Amino acid sequence: MQRIIDHPVLGPLPEVKMVRIIVDGESLMAREGEMIAAALIATGKKYFRKTVKTHEPRGIYCGIGRCTDCVMTVNGIPNVRTCVTPVEEGMVIETQMGYGVWKQEQ
Amino acid sequence: MEEREVVVIGAGPAGLSAALEAARAGAHVLLVDENSKPGGQLFKQIHKFFGSHEHRAGVRGIDIGTQLLEEAERLDIEVWLDAEACGIFNTTDVWIVRNKEKSVTVRAKRIILATGAVENSVNFPGWSLPGVMGAGAAQTMINLHRVLPGQKILMVGSGNVGIIVSYQLLQAGADVKAVVEAAPRLGGYGVHTAKVRRAGVPFYTSHTVLEARGTDHVESATIVQLDDKWKPIPGTEKELDVDTICIAAGLTPLVELAFAAGCEPLYSPLLGGMVPWHDRSMATSIPTIYLAGDISGVEEASTAMEEGRMAGLSAAYSLGYVDRETYAVGFDAAEKRMLALRSGMFGQKRRDAKAAIVGHSRG
Amino acid sequence: MIMMETKDTYEKGLKITGAPSLDELHASPCYQLPPKERRALAAVIECIEGIPCNPCETSCPVGAITVGDEITNLPVVDFEKCTGCGICVAACPGLAIYLKKYEFKENLSYIAFPFEYLPLPPEGATVQMVDRYGEYVCDGTVLRVVKIKRMDRTTVVHVSYPNDYYERVVNMKRLPAS
Repeated sequence: MQRIIDHPVLGPLPEVKMVRIIVDGESLMAREGEMIAAALIATGKKYFRKTVKTHEPRGIYCGIGRCTDCVMTVNGIPNVRTCVTPVEEGMVIETQMGYGVWKQEQ
Repeated sequence: MEEREVVVIGAGPAGLSAALEAARAGAHVLLVDENSKPGGQLFKQIHKFFGSHEHRAGVRGIDIGTQLLEEAERLDIEVWLDAEACGIFNTTDVWIVRNKEKSVTVRAKRIILATGAVENSVNFPGWSLPGVMGAGAAQTMINLHRVLPGQKILMVGSGNVGIIVSYQLLQAGADVKAVVEAAPRLGGYGVHTAKVRRAGVPFYTSHTVLEARGTDHVESATIVQLDDKWKPIPGTEKELDVDTICIAAGLTPLVELAFAAGCEPLYSPLLGGMVPWHDRSMATSIPTIYLAGDISGVEEASTAMEEGRMAGLSAAYSLGYVDRETYAVGFDAAEKRMLALRSGMFGQKRRDAKAAIVGHSRG
Repeated sequence: MIMMETKDTYEKGLKITGAPSLDELHASPCYQLPPKERRALAAVIECIEGIPCNPCETSCPVGAITVGDEITNLPVVDFEKCTGCGICVAACPGLAIYLKKYEFKENLSYIAFPFEYLPLPPEGATVQMVDRYGEYVCDGTVLRVVKIKRMDRTTVVHVSYPNDYYERVVNMKRLPAS
């Protein structure tokens, strides 16, 4: 659970602008344009949501937007696939409980 | 309703190659992809590809991806990103949702489906814990997003995907604790297993993962030896200190669009399960719909690119963009390159399975 | 006792251990260890399965490696032609080629192998040489670390190591993150 700073093939991690995201109320920095899941893995977040009935933790599984295991509530919208949704400045990301709740302002 | 000559769905190696070939022949091509960046899974393939010079062997997948995108730009191919193809109606109308906001229907003379495949999972107690993920997902995280999903890895499955991702996890700085393979023999290329083994990673054949444990995330795993009937042998359990379990148990073609459109299905276990029937030219049972890449049977990026070229060329020919002779020459060359990749002890089975699909008489 | 078991396991070969056993290598026309009396470095290929691949052949500037029309043929090195230039080492997508020479100077053999990990060892460093199973064999001394554009991010590390392990050594242990 860390960023890969240098890599034998890909080279040093390119410098990009950092953006601020709010994860469960905590303010964190993420690399502009990276997927929410990547940003959260880099911060060491262990799970992204808990299931409806048995409250089991879930994280990423397929990483390409197919399995929906990594969904979270993002800017008030539940069930957002974090592995294919890029972070944005000021984005509010919440660990989702069950189906989640719509909180989007009208 | 918008109209285009050729709509290619999926901008991975197969779709890009198909779009390039059709555009080179003169067709107006629209390439759509649900992701915000084109390239599909090519940009996580950081290793040098096999094959020969005309397959771009020795070139890393990421660089092949860049070459294909540059070519697409030169040919002025229209690309819609963040564009999900949700259905195909009346054999020609593609329903696309753009930017999760706007529904568009595009009437196409030819549609090429290059939707790819999705990783299979393996079920065992604890398999849903965070930290259990597809090997391809781990590869996406390390090579595309530059984050390590864990430090101590158990790889389940020894096909080329499992072995290549194990190697790339080592390159990214992780520690691969073991590769387990349920079959009595390792599946991937020996040159791949050899480089992972000489890096000190142990292989366990006739072994599988029995259980993953952890509260909010994987904290350990138990592997077990299997007998010749693939049943766990009591007393052979081994506990491994791992925080990540990668599953490399094959892939399944993403066939939903094809079958919803009415393409005739066929079962090909060796190529990943249900696939749309197709002929040698890559046309499905619906003459306006073609296939390329993993949707037509799971293989690898290099075969997907050749199949893309075959499909793109065939679609352009069927629209009258190339004459019969030019088509025959171009198609045969692509097919010959393809067959070279499907030769030898690893390729022959795929070659036979493909021949069975093409040779399957319908009705 | 443990040694015996280990040796037993090793002999099961490529499809069990992941690494080719010496028996498998010796039985394959692909694998040839350069004879001890040879004066120059030579390419050694450990690619015994007939995979569809031939950049070793097409990269060789002197035509010393032959695969042939069927790209699944096993590659064979012609030691008469091989100059030990090492272009094939980085060209091989399988990282299955290295250069070797027996006793390049008093009691020391020479190996140049592909290495795609970080950190890279500095020249002059003592490194731990490993066999095909990743087991420590002996120490080696890094002579050169070659990283040039044409090799496309595959570094080739040149090391000297004791003659006693001429055949057994194939690579080095990864170095801990700096």
